[in-house]
Amino acid sequence: MNDAIVLKPRDYKSGVKPIWCPGCGHYSVLNAITKAAAAACLSRDDTVLVSGIGCSSRLPAYVDSYGFHGVHGRGLAVAQGLKVARPELTVIALGGDGDGFSIGGNHFMHACRRNIDLTYIAMDNEVYGMTKGQASPTTPLDWDRSKLTPHGPGVRPFKPAAVALAAGAPWIARGYSGNPNQIARLIAEAIAYPGFSFLHVLTQCITYCPEQTDWKSVVRELDDEPLGNADEAAARFFAEDGFQTGVLYRRESALAQPVASSPADPESVFADLQGAFQP
Amino acid sequence: MAVQELSIAITGAGGAGVISVGELLLRSWAAAGGRGLLRKAFGPQIRGGEAAALLKLCDHEQYTAAEGYDLLLAVDWNNFSRFGDEIVLKPRATVICQDSAGLPQGLLADQLRVIEIPIDELARSAHPGGRANMLALGMLAGLLGLERSPVRERAVARLAGKAEAYREAATACIDAGFEAAPAIELPTPRCVDSPGWYLSGNQGAGYGVLRAGVRFVAAYPITPASDALEYLAAPLEQLGGALVQAEDELAAINMVIGGAYGGVPSFTATSGPGLALMTESIGLAVASETPVTILNVMRGGPSTGIPTKSEQSDLNIALHGLHGDAPHLVLAPLSVADCVFTASWAVKLAQRLQTAAIILSDQFIGQSTAIVSRPREAAALPPLEAVAAGEDYLRYALTESGLSPLAAPGEADHRFTADGLEHNERGTPSASAADHQAQLDKRARKLELLDPGADWGEVIGDGSVGLLCFGSASAAVALAAQQLTEAGTSCRAISLRLLAPLPVAALAEALDGCERLFVVEHNHGGQLLRYLRGELALAGAVHGLALPGPVPLTARRIRHEIEEILSHE
Repeated sequence: MNDAIVLKPRDYKSGVKPIWCPGCGHYSVLNAITKAAAAACLSRDDTVLVSGIGCSSRLPAYVDSYGFHGVHGRGLAVAQGLKVARPELTVIALGGDGDGFSIGGNHFMHACRRNIDLTYIAMDNEVYGMTKGQASPTTPLDWDRSKLTPHGPGVRPFKPAAVALAAGAPWIARGYSGNPNQIARLIAEAIAYPGFSFLHVLTQCITYCPEQTDWKSVVRELDDEPLGNADEAAARFFAEDGFQTGVLYRRESALAQPVASSPADPESVFADLQGAFQP
Repeated sequence: MAVQELSIAITGAGGAGVISVGELLLRSWAAAGGRGLLRKAFGPQIRGGEAAALLKLCDHEQYTAAEGYDLLLAVDWNNFSRFGDEIVLKPRATVICQDSAGLPQGLLADQLRVIEIPIDELARSAHPGGRANMLALGMLAGLLGLERSPVRERAVARLAGKAEAYREAATACIDAGFEAAPAIELPTPRCVDSPGWYLSGNQGAGYGVLRAGVRFVAAYPITPASDALEYLAAPLEQLGGALVQAEDELAAINMVIGGAYGGVPSFTATSGPGLALMTESIGLAVASETPVTILNVMRGGPSTGIPTKSEQSDLNIALHGLHGDAPHLVLAPLSVADCVFTASWAVKLAQRLQTAAIILSDQFIGQSTAIVSRPREAAALPPLEAVAAGEDYLRYALTESGLSPLAAPGEADHRFTADGLEHNERGTPSASAADHQAQLDKRARKLELLDPGADWGEVIGDGSVGLLCFGSASAAVALAAQQLTEAGTSCRAISLRLLAPLPVAALAEALDGCERLFVVEHNHGGQLLRYLRGELALAGAVHGLALPGPVPLTARRIRHEIEEILSHE
């Protein structure tokens, strides 16, 4: 850790003013990240926030750490490459539901499988906000407020936790933008978890989905210990309404992508490679 | 009797082991101080299709595909006709086969020396587990006048992981092959050089990027680039680096961008379809000024095209495939050996200029194995000034050189967010006209100011007729120019290694005094000529020679086209 002094949450803010609408659920995640960072004494120099494209993906610029704001849907790929190349860094990938579950859906599945030690925060407001209100993979099938799909998307919503479980994610949690203290606790735990930690956060979009203010009446915190058995978790994720919050699933994880610990002398490696070119 | 070159085709059903024969024969030839090239031709089938080891042994290192074959050894005739375009026998060539009754139509027995040898039977009688390919190896080695023990040693070494019986069978068959070699005179090229390096272009590129400091690779398998990636896996691990097999090329290029953002020189390899998928994110590397190197081993296109055959038809996408104004580097190795230099140079330039470098290799030089003098590597570039720290750190600072100070995570007081959104000097997203203009200018300037020195390309000769090409066409073009000059048309051959930024001044100088220019490229659309016309004024008569694959470019084909044009003047 390079920061000698104890930092407060505000010390993790960059000072760049967010582009988000007043009342946007993403503010809660930004505040939770800075709060968790302060609680975990994260070094700003050794932490990288990586994102794709969308309202939520603007977040790295608002945090005073290293950051990478890439292209739509590929934040998880950038984050995994960075973590494998620089395993000592704390890497947090984040983005929205369109970024992570639609255009980046394949990377989401394979990041769950690959189990590289990083945290992925999906900020899910069930809508494309930056392109002015189209249906996303998590939009209810009868949501008819988009001109693009005037009868509703007509497709059953994607279940992020179930997909993550099926793809092999070892740590799955859910938060809600109405409870930023819980999100901060979940982020701290996700960062501490040695493996791929998937935090799904319900972040209401006040502009395009004002009906989401009703979420506060259905969201509830799970009292139980997280499930550690994939069969039980699968049953829960298929049966649930998607509004349970807390750590939903956690298992022992063996990292799939070990990194070299004791590199050989480069001169001897190159001597061997040159030797292999001898006829 | 010594000749300049001897070309041998070895064919058989896929899985018959003819490629192994070609490799072991070339290795043994190399150990004896010879020079040569092994081209591997495959059908798209995984097994049971067809395979051919196409050897060209020569007394110099100007490696073009053979124009005709002196000797054909057919272990069997399975699917031989599919090589009709590629294996053209010279008049009075020798054919060794098991059964001349199977001689395919098109091979005229009366113009060939056909020798029947029961290869399968001899292999079985040499050893119960004997294989025809090892017998063929012994026979060919005997015809070339090679010593027996170096051939046996190399075959045995190749079977190191197998049971002892396999090595015994191979040794017995090689011995029997030497005994069974027909008593014919086969004129061979001189072997005077010390043993050279034995490598493929894809291996050379892999070696080159490691030498230039690459320690992170992410990639998705694709023909004909996969062997470059396979080459890298083990040494990367030994060097403390890592290789990730990504879920697709979209992930691969973004993982590489992530590794590079982390300060670790990072690399991926792909071929046309994969490059097309990567282009959006290569633009991200340009905009965020993250150095990445992409090896594109070109194959016949468009779409899936002809995956196992060579072409130079990805020049357009490499130059112009990125959206927006996205200046970046494009380079092309001139030969198998030059893959080492060009790949190492590309990595160093990408790192220095904080942008993407695309290397345009192709199936011909990528998958051919050659015996070459020790290849050179790119020298280190001079160091840059130190980075300003603290409150003053501006990741995208406007500078005269166009190069901004680049920090990596972990460095104190250099925190910034890299962004594919247009940004100001600090990196904060900005849609202001002034920031856009300044950053566009800066990203263009750093490339415009690149001085490539003498490495931009190669010029041979000073005749008034110019033959201009890029990358792997270089050897065939140089040979065609030499032959035309010998026949009375004084030529010069110009090969571009650096394609973007185009070395306009050096090229203009190389073209000075050129009254007629042939732009030779291994594609259908004349992509190089169209590019050159946009970048500089080409004086005199200009002819486009766009010759598509799948057959490799040869001096004969180029010479024929040029003579045809000149005869109509």
